[in-house]
Amino acid sequence: MAQLLIFTFIGIMWILILAGGGVLVTLVSKISVSGYGEPMDFFIASIIKAAIALVLVVFWVVVLSKLKNKIFQKQIKA
Amino acid sequence: MQEFIIAAVAASAIAFFVVLGLVPPLIKTLTRKNWAVKDVNRIGGAMVPRPGGPAILAGIITAEISLYFLLPQEKIITKGITALIITTSAAFVIGFIDDRKVMSGWFKPLALAGAAIPIIALGAYEPNLAFPLFGEVKIPVLYLGLIIFMIPIMGNTINSIDVMNGIASGFVMIASFSLAIVLFVMQNYSVAIMTLPIAFASLAFFRYHRFPAKIFPGDSGALVLGAAYGVIAIVGRVEVIAAIAILPAIINSFLFLSSVKRIVEHRQIKGPTMHTEDHKITATKEPDAPITLVRLIVAAKPLTEKEIGFAIFRLAIFSGILAIITAFASGVVVWPSS
Repeated sequence: MAQLLIFTFIGIMWILILAGGGVLVTLVSKISVSGYGEPMDFFIASIIKAAIALVLVVFWVVVLSKLKNKIFQKQIKA
Repeated sequence: MQEFIIAAVAASAIAFFVVLGLVPPLIKTLTRKNWAVKDVNRIGGAMVPRPGGPAILAGIITAEISLYFLLPQEKIITKGITALIITTSAAFVIGFIDDRKVMSGWFKPLALAGAAIPIIALGAYEPNLAFPLFGEVKIPVLYLGLIIFMIPIMGNTINSIDVMNGIASGFVMIASFSLAIVLFVMQNYSVAIMTLPIAFASLAFFRYHRFPAKIFPGDSGALVLGAAYGVIAIVGRVEVIAAIAILPAIINSFLFLSSVKRIVEHRQIKGPTMHTEDHKITATKEPDAPITLVRLIVAAKPLTEKEIGFAIFRLAIFSGILAIITAFASGVVVWPSS
């Protein structure tokens, strides 16, 4: 049973990785900034994208942490 | 196609036989020098020579040098092989220092970040991060940071799963074969062939590392395997899929870090497992001991070291299959990127 839960956790991580990539490609990569001049537009857009990517990573880790506690609750307490 | 087949067979054979041939004299030398550590899981606590890193490094480097001459002289391949040789050698030195002297928890990540610099200096990368199913993202500046992070993460992830006889070498063997299949599926033949020396060097080392181990890879061996795997992920542009193939090791690091909540040398913390009277391994009752993959595997019932190894290999095969499925699915772009 414990090992089955680990397989489940790996499966969930796999889906989260693919979904996270989807969010980055479809939403975050499309962000563009205009009105500050050519190098600044690119620079500001890059900073915004990097910040969103970092927030997404933190969110991903928090979700995994919650899932870990939920899935392995019994094992961790044992 | 013929030159690819010759290169693949030659590099695989070189990596396999160099490691197979070097380990026995290395065991003798290490034993003579009394460079051995106690195998805490063995009945009686036998002393096992360490590190096996020099043999693993020799096998991988010799095979990659042969590939430098056997594969088509494309710039990305020659740069990739050169980066792999330098980064892996640097990882070996870092691991060897840690084998001889216990360094702080931050030493390895920081030093391995430095080991990643040759990849950037040689330009052995494409600054696009490929996400399976969705396409690529151009992140020229951010990608440099990713390279600097990738090598320490891969190195430490493989190092952290080196907890019992045969696990690190067996795990990397399965993950590397999976990654080679992934790269073949994606028709990236040259980098797929560059992956084979890691797989075959691990396979040869596994012969001596499996239960009951005759030698341990040590930090130098584990870091060599992890760093080489990380370079392949970058050069082959399969960063995400390479991470999927080692998910059990990533989970192990994640569980460890989320329970310990700081970067710490694993020898400085309480063991997550203990022994039963019949010398099986079970989860510890210590409330502040870290949660690890092995602790979860033995949570339901105590298992022998061999059984734990097979449980981890089953997880590695499962994540390897997920990586291969992802590679096949990568041909299907559900949302074309601009």
